[in-house]
Formats: sequence, structure tokens, C-alpha cells
Amino acid sequence: MSIEVRNLRKRFGDFTALDDVSLRFDQGELVALLGPSGCGKTTLLRIIAGLSRADSGDVLFDGNDASTRQPGDRQVGFVFQHYALFRHMSVFDNIAFGLQVKPRAQRPSKAEISRRVHALLQLVQLDWLADRFPSQLSGGQRQRIALARALAVEPRVLLLDEPFGALDAQVRKELRRWLRRLHDELQVTSIFVTHDQEEALEVSDRIVLMHQGQVMQQGTPQAVYQNPVSPFVYGFLGNVNRFDGVADRGRLHLGQATYRTADEASNAASNFIDAPEHAAVRDTPASAYVRPHELEIERYAHGRPGIAARLSRAWLSGGAARLELQQDEQPGLIEAELPLARFQALQLRQGEMLLLRPQQAHIFLHPMAPAQQLEK
Amino acid sequence: MSKSANRSDVWLKSGLLALALGFVLLCLLLPLALVFHQAFSKGLPAYLAALQEPAALSAIQLTLLAAVIAVPLNLMFGISASWAIARFDFRGKSLLIALIDLPFSVSPVIAGLIYVLVFGAQGWFGPWLNEHDIKIIFAIPGIVLATVFVTFPFVARELIPLMQAQGKDEEEAAILLGANGWQCFWHITLPGIRWGLLYGVLLCNARAMGEFGAVSVVSGHIRGYTNTLPLHAEILYNEYQFAASFAVASRLALLALVTLAARSLLQWFSHRDRAAPVPHEQYAHPASATPAGLDTAVNVDDRRSKTEASRRSLLSQAMAWLAAGVLDAAPRMDALPGAGSLPGVAESLAGSSNASTSRELHEHRSS
Repeated sequence: MSIEVRNLRKRFGDFTALDDVSLRFDQGELVALLGPSGCGKTTLLRIIAGLSRADSGDVLFDGNDASTRQPGDRQVGFVFQHYALFRHMSVFDNIAFGLQVKPRAQRPSKAEISRRVHALLQLVQLDWLADRFPSQLSGGQRQRIALARALAVEPRVLLLDEPFGALDAQVRKELRRWLRRLHDELQVTSIFVTHDQEEALEVSDRIVLMHQGQVMQQGTPQAVYQNPVSPFVYGFLGNVNRFDGVADRGRLHLGQATYRTADEASNAASNFIDAPEHAAVRDTPASAYVRPHELEIERYAHGRPGIAARLSRAWLSGGAARLELQQDEQPGLIEAELPLARFQALQLRQGEMLLLRPQQAHIFLHPMAPAQQLEK
Repeated sequence: MSKSANRSDVWLKSGLLALALGFVLLCLLLPLALVFHQAFSKGLPAYLAALQEPAALSAIQLTLLAAVIAVPLNLMFGISASWAIARFDFRGKSLLIALIDLPFSVSPVIAGLIYVLVFGAQGWFGPWLNEHDIKIIFAIPGIVLATVFVTFPFVARELIPLMQAQGKDEEEAAILLGANGWQCFWHITLPGIRWGLLYGVLLCNARAMGEFGAVSVVSGHIRGYTNTLPLHAEILYNEYQFAASFAVASRLALLALVTLAARSLLQWFSHRDRAAPVPHEQYAHPASATPAGLDTAVNVDDRRSKTEASRRSLLSQAMAWLAAGVLDAAPRMDALPGAGSLPGVAESLAGSSNASTSRELHEHRSS
């Protein structure tokens, strides 16, 4: 089933949870609603499920208006953040619930219910837990039982609210992969809410990035990661360095700075980043966003172009070396990532002056005064 | 140095224990024993006779009638009020909560007087009621009204925190799975609150049958007509029929003991429902899961230790509840001027023994 929402608005008192949100989810897609807490992603999910009503706007299922349909008639499977398993029922009864409350005419026979519950338990690989109670299960098991329960009514849409939020890192990773495989098997349209960018990048076909009740950007994980449309998206998806300066005639000037190196007493350098796309711009404050692996690093040499910074710390992580650098007389750290071989060839020492050259940078002009330093 | 600290600890412990036990013995167990001793002081035939005389039978009937009306009313009100408060946000919610608590904060005697002022001969509706020959004050309706008033908060107060703690996720999940409102209530909400509900009903019933102050004001003490059991016990006592009075009182004490036992049983049940160890994360290797037998062994062990713990705490609750029961039952305690503070002591004891569950409402009750 495809889902479409049009111009959804929702306010809670003074707080705007959704501000004119329009989105489309295609049949069989696995979409991540990503954003910081309070961005409206859970509200959107609840409105699609029918648990809340939007102040204005439409929800369409397969092109038909769904706003008059009761939650129980929408054929949505919903997995709650804290699972919401019926605590006084066994795992079997939890999964069977959706079948047992059907009107008598549509209700499957007892044997049929039992068969379907066991099939679902096999699907989530927990057949041996049928007689347990929710309190006897671990977090990951509860999560999968909640999913099995939601699937029992053969929903045409699966909505998952922070499905891995309450689990520890190891289990989370396993479950992510498992959910992806399950989705590929079932091909049911699925939307999951998360604030974890890694989760969204890894699992989803498409990411919808939300902030302050609005959709900031949407696209495949790769497209969103590589071409963020705004500083916010850049800061939210992955680590990024930010360089503030002034854009003028195709260059972002980062200002004059004086550096002390071992061989020269002092040394003035002018740093800039090429910004050909802003060739027409004159004297406008702007920021460049550069990912750690997009910084090329070499030893400082007088006259060579690049941003001069001192190495304050370096460590190995996986197959790469991670560097923390500091510009003299500038607050904040710069993060860089080098292939291990390159790092070993350079033989860097702590405190050494280096030159950084962004291989790729996204430059955003400031609409007004420079905004606050982004986290990450 | 640690040795002396240990020794002073031991002294402190035994000192406190002796104090507590002494208090329990002197103020709770002794009076309880006395109630039964006095009741049987003229032998079993006299005891039975005291309970079978028409006035006593009528008192028992009236007490049961008041409880049979008050408890279901409370049940309905309690469920709907706590549902509304726990599940919805609306204007005046805090006012409603405050109103529910009102009977706890008002002295029962005042509660009775309110009804006299409203429905009595000199009250607002007095002349009109008189014209239409409807008797409320000094008649059975007044007793029922007063009983309903004083027992008003019991079920609601029990359920509100419980339902708030449980949240509405499970109900929403049920609705999304296609359950209608009634199925959701019957299969999800009610099982979730069943022990709390039963417990509230139990407390409500104990209070309805044991209520003295409010009922005393509106009853008019017409023997064989408007006397409830506590009132009957007091009248007998004032007439120096000690054995008969205590025979009636022993009935109420028995009610307290039964309530206590039922309450403990309820707690044991609800505890058993909740007691459940969480096994280790087994997701990564479902195949290497703990064999079922081993797992159960762990469960049983865990459960046993929990039962033992609850048994120990039960003892202290038993003491507190005996206090509440005895003081409710002993006729002269309420009748004596100035002795009204004694039930208060009992109630706060009952409260403190179980403060951790936040279930006790008794501390709210002022006598």
C-alpha cells in the first residue's frame, strides 16, 4: 500500500510538531524518518496510524482519504518504542490477539490461529518462547514479539517507532540487519522513526530528514549523505568540520593567521577554499562543511596552499587513522581521517604543523550572522 | 572501631525491635485478644444469643445493605474517574482529583453533618422532603448516602496511580490490532488493573462496614431500624452489656481479619503476576539458548526468595492491619471523646508498613 500525507499540521499548545508536511511512501519501501527528538517524526507516525489527528491536512492510503477510518480499520501494524506487549498474556496470546478480536464471521478457527501464530513465531525465530510472558523476555526478544504481533493481522503498512531505541549496541546491530532481511522477505511498506543516523543510513531505502516539524531533505541514504542541502543536514548526518569565512569571487577566505613553525619564527598565510559555485558572490559570510575523510593532509611548507593546523592527537580506528587538529587562535577542533598506510608514511608527530586541503567542500552562505557552532 | 560501631548497631536494632514489638503487643494484639475474651466471657450461648437477637440481625442486615449499595457505586465511579484521569487531559482535572480526595480530608462527623444540613428537618430540602413524606436523615437512605460519601475515594485512588503508571500504549496497541472499545477494556485494561481493583473494593468494603462517625450522625440510633453493626456495638456498650457489645465487635474484628487475609492473598497474586526474571539476551544465538529446564529452575528459585520476602513484609502488615481492624471494631474507642486520634495512629502504621507500594491511602484519612 502506498501512503501519502498532504500539508499536515499539528500543534500541541505553543509547540508546532508538524508544519506543513507533505510526503509520499511507495509500496514496498522501507523509509526512515530521521531527526532529533522533538522534530515531529513520532507525531507523523501516530497520525498515519490514526492514533492522533492532524489539525489540518490529509492522509491518503492508496490514494483514498484515510482520515475517517478508525485506527483498527487502517490495516497498519504498529510497533511501539517500548513494545507495549500485553503483560498479562503469554507470547502466544499476544500474537493471537489481533486474530481473536476479529468479528466472529471473519475470525479464523482455533487451529488456524494456532498455525498462524506459530508461523509468525518461526518468522521471528522465537518459536520456543510461545508460553513465556513478556516480563520473562529480553529486550531484543520483546522487540521481535511486538513485530510478530503487528504482523499477525497482515498489515499493509508497518510503522515502527524507534524500534531499536531501547536496546544495547550489539543487539541493535543484529536486529537492524534482521529487520532489513525481514522487510526484503515481506515487501510490506514500512516506515520507521529513528534519531540514529547510522541506523537510518544502514537500514532504509530512503531517508526523510525532519527538523522542527518540517521535512529538511529526503532521498536515498547515499544521496542525502553526499549532498546535504543545508548546514543542519550536514551536521546531523555524519561527522563534519565547519570552516567559517567570507565568500568572495569564487573563494571562501578563512582569514589571515600567524603560525609559528620550527624553522621560521613567524609566517603569515592566507587560507582559502575554492568555491567556484559562488563566483558571483561578493563579501558574504559563509561556512564550508568538510567531512573528516575529505581532508587531505601534508606537512606544512611555506607557500603551499592549505589550511594550517597543529596535530593535537591521533589514534587508530579500524583501517583508518583519526586525527584531531587545532588551528592556532581558533576555537574548536578539526577532525580528519587518513588511510592507515598514508598515516604511517607521513610519520606525524604530536604538535606538528600540518596543511589541510579539502578535497570536497559544501559551502553555505549565511543568510544572516554566523549561526552557532554545530555540534559534531 | 568497627567493632564498637557494630555493637551499637546491634543495640539500636534490638532496641527498635523491642519498642516496635512492645507497641504491637500492648496496643494491637492485647486489645484484639480482649475483644474476643470479652465476647466469650459469658460463654458461647450468650455470644450466639447476642448475635441472634432481632436488633443485632437488623444491624447486620443494614450494614450489609449499605455495603452492597456503596461498593458497586464506588466500583463504577472509581473505574470511570480513574480512566478519565489517567487517559485524557481535560480542564479541571486537578479539581476532580482534589474532589475525589475530599472525603479523606473531611472528618466523617462533618460528612454526616453535611447530610443533616442538606436533608434534615431544618435543612435545605427538609420541608420539601417532609411534604412528600420522604425520609433520608434518621433513615436508611441517609446511612447509605453517608457510607457512599466516606468510601468514595477508595477505588479511584487505588486505580489512578496504577493506570497512570501503565500508560496507554497497550490500549493503543489493542485498538490498532482491531479491538473495539469493549474488547480493549475487557481484555487489556481490566486484566491490567484487576488486582488493584479488587484491592480497592476490599478496602472500600471494609470501610463501608466499619464506618462509624458519619453514619452515627445521620442514623438517629433507632434500634432495629437505623443501627449498623458499629453503632449497635456502641449502644450495647453504653448500656453496660459488655459481653453482647464485644460479641458484635468481634464480628467486626473478624471482618478486619478476613480483609487482612484477602488483602495478603491479593498481594501475593499480583506479586506472582509481576515476579519474573529477565533471562540474558539470547537474540544473537537463538540456537544456544538456555535449556528450558535450567531456566525454570532459576525462575522457581527466584520466585521462592520473593515469596519469602513478601512473607516477611506480610508480618509487619498484619500487625498494622490488626491495629486498624481492632480500633475500628472496638466500640468505645470512637465513642470516647478524644480517642479519635487512636485510629489515626493505626492508619498511619498501616500506611508506613506499605509505603513503598504507594497503595496505602489510609494516611490520607483523618479521623
